[in-house]
Amino acid sequence: MRNLSILIAGVGGQGTLLTSQVLGAAAMKAGYDVKMSEVHGMAQRGGSVVTYVRIGKNVNSPVIEKGGADILLCFEKLEALRWIDYAKEDGTVIVNDQRIDPMPVIIGSVKYPEGVIEKLSARFPNVLPVKALDAARELGNIKVLNIVMLGLMAKNTDIPVETWHEAIRETVKEKFVDLNIKAFDKGYQMAV
Amino acid sequence: MKEILLGNTAIALGAVTAGVRVAAGYPGTPSTEVLEGVAKYNTDGKISVEWSANEKAALEVAAGASWSGVRAIVTMKQVGLNVASDPLMSLGVIGTKGGMVIVVADDPGPISSQTEQDTRHFGKFANIPVLDPSSPEEAYEMTKYAFELSEKLHLPIILRPTTKVCHSSGTIEVDTEVYQYESEGFVKDPKWVIFPPLSYRRHLEIEQQQKEISVLFSRLPFNRIEGNGSIGIATGGATYAIVKDIVETFKLDVTILKSGAVFPPPDQLYGEFLHRVEKVLVLEELDPVIEEQLYHVMAVRKIERPIRGKLDGFVTPAGELRFENTLDYIEKFIGRKLKSIENKPVIDLPQRSPVLCAGCPHRASFYAVKKAMRGKKSVFCGDIGCYTLGNGKPLEMTDTCLCMGAGITVAQGIKKAEPDANVFAFIGDSTFFASGMTGLANAVYNGTNIIVVVLDNSTTAMTGHQPHPGIGRTIMNTSSPKIDICSVAKALGAGFVKKVNPFEFDEAVKTVREASEKNGVSVIIFEAPCVALVKSHGICTVEECTGCKKCIREIGCPALTVRARKVEINPALCYGCGLCTNICDRIIRL
Repeated sequence: MRNLSILIAGVGGQGTLLTSQVLGAAAMKAGYDVKMSEVHGMAQRGGSVVTYVRIGKNVNSPVIEKGGADILLCFEKLEALRWIDYAKEDGTVIVNDQRIDPMPVIIGSVKYPEGVIEKLSARFPNVLPVKALDAARELGNIKVLNIVMLGLMAKNTDIPVETWHEAIRETVKEKFVDLNIKAFDKGYQMAV
Repeated sequence: MKEILLGNTAIALGAVTAGVRVAAGYPGTPSTEVLEGVAKYNTDGKISVEWSANEKAALEVAAGASWSGVRAIVTMKQVGLNVASDPLMSLGVIGTKGGMVIVVADDPGPISSQTEQDTRHFGKFANIPVLDPSSPEEAYEMTKYAFELSEKLHLPIILRPTTKVCHSSGTIEVDTEVYQYESEGFVKDPKWVIFPPLSYRRHLEIEQQQKEISVLFSRLPFNRIEGNGSIGIATGGATYAIVKDIVETFKLDVTILKSGAVFPPPDQLYGEFLHRVEKVLVLEELDPVIEEQLYHVMAVRKIERPIRGKLDGFVTPAGELRFENTLDYIEKFIGRKLKSIENKPVIDLPQRSPVLCAGCPHRASFYAVKKAMRGKKSVFCGDIGCYTLGNGKPLEMTDTCLCMGAGITVAQGIKKAEPDANVFAFIGDSTFFASGMTGLANAVYNGTNIIVVVLDNSTTAMTGHQPHPGIGRTIMNTSSPKIDICSVAKALGAGFVKKVNPFEFDEAVKTVREASEKNGVSVIIFEAPCVALVKSHGICTVEECTGCKKCIREIGCPALTVRARKVEINPALCYGCGLCTNICDRIIRL
């Protein structure tokens, strides 16, 4: 597999960090060199969170530049719009079609942009909106929408399903392993 | 064995592998996971690991351990070293015995810090060698080496990772053997007592030693020259990885000088680099340390090369070096475009800054003070922690923030200048123990009428819920004596001291009014645990909302949202704290 740069964006509390950890663990198990970069601290508490994951034969730096991400995995659509210019021309943007209002929108000082998915598609050819929240709800826990999305994305890699499952088993708290594996499989099946 | 490790965890594992016996630190982004990592790897309990009350305490604990012959590590963020600078400066003179490594994490940006200060200056200031890792892999190797180096030089070593190394992960080949040694314990010797004559003698020795270390550093693999081009790029830290990425991607014919052991500067290597190139671009985050070192070598060795960097304004003096701006500087320097990044028009998007969580007790505390002081002249001094977020709309309850513990003392200065204002100081429980108590003593001693509000959420929340002296539990999850803030406040001489649960809202407002009417120093302890530590109390719901949005305007809880002009409560976020039920009768707690 060629080097793959994946940018994961979400809102604090959506499990962005955990997703990148599972992704990194799976890639390492598949024999790749992995570099990841996370934002901690102030980025939690409902703020924008972004992580970079770069995998390949030999990776120098964890940093992804504008126009450098093969895959943009976005758990919230405003965050997708914030990071859209980081996608490569021939890359893929997978976006959870969910709206979470940031505080300036809640208190009414600014408006949440209308038609975000259309705006994304106008700016970038390959945008894939998904209803990951609904899929997670069907599984009985909306918190696993991140792993549903990861399952969907996994189709873009040549890492086998069993390796992903192993990575989930090692990374996720024991009592949530089964749920997360189900979530992953559901996402994997949703991928075209 | 290969493992995927966070930079900070790699440092922790490096220290454990090097046989560290004492580890101390104070939490602070981006350094926190180092000490947590040591605690995690301390499976046989042979390492004494502690969250100290503050960074000064941590550094002194480590110094005592080192003087007793064991290997010790101390961890903090860059502003923490300001607090610990007193022992640091003297330790640079007295020196160490058992290997001692001081991990100080710098934060270019800054991303979650008050300042963009550069710890490499502290190395020069205190005559302490500084290692600057460029990746988690190198951080692991440098940590192990730093203990050896410390024992060889009898000096502490500063390991200075930056955010991009601390919070990056890499695949690391880890050792399975832990370094074994016997320590002879503390041996009495006049050299452990700093007196002026000793200081003078040591100063002479240290200056000589700096020259020897510089020679050693010129041969160290952490410092090296790569490539052969006549164009030189000098770099270090996380920026080296980005430069390397760009140089390999675009197959540039340049010579890279990588500075990893950055103080004392490897003058010989710098000289060799300068001789090999025609011109130099210096790319480093924070201050132009490598750049100034190069100028120094040019002056001493009579070499002349044009240098572009921060000193001539070619590179921005502030903020991070990301891929984009690094590429931009390299393109400008070599005089050709390498990659066309299409500049699409910027979309103006709502910011999504961090906010106090739904159910956060700080929101209730702030709102109680706000309500009690409505219409009265008041100033609200803040401090460092989650509650700094109290400055945001709509609460707007943080008028000042300087550094850890400063809220209480800044409040005193404001009160002296504005005697008719009600001056409040908000401080968290962990910050109170770190550096609030001295300020409280100062207020009592000097008779300054201020109201100190301790926001006691039973944890150090901002950095990821570390225990502190008021919790009754240590980092190793053993129990410890619990220091009661109420008793401390009384013992320090505060007149009015009262503990209230801020969610008992009417009582909370009443207490604030009462405190503001007292003469002398008043201390209110608002005690309610951080939502991350407790289960939800239930859930709130709105019945027949009129759409006035007063609840949102007053407290700005993220669980309150507007859909079709009516307020809805997001059940996924609501903790059932019930604060909003004090604002509107139509909201009820189920």
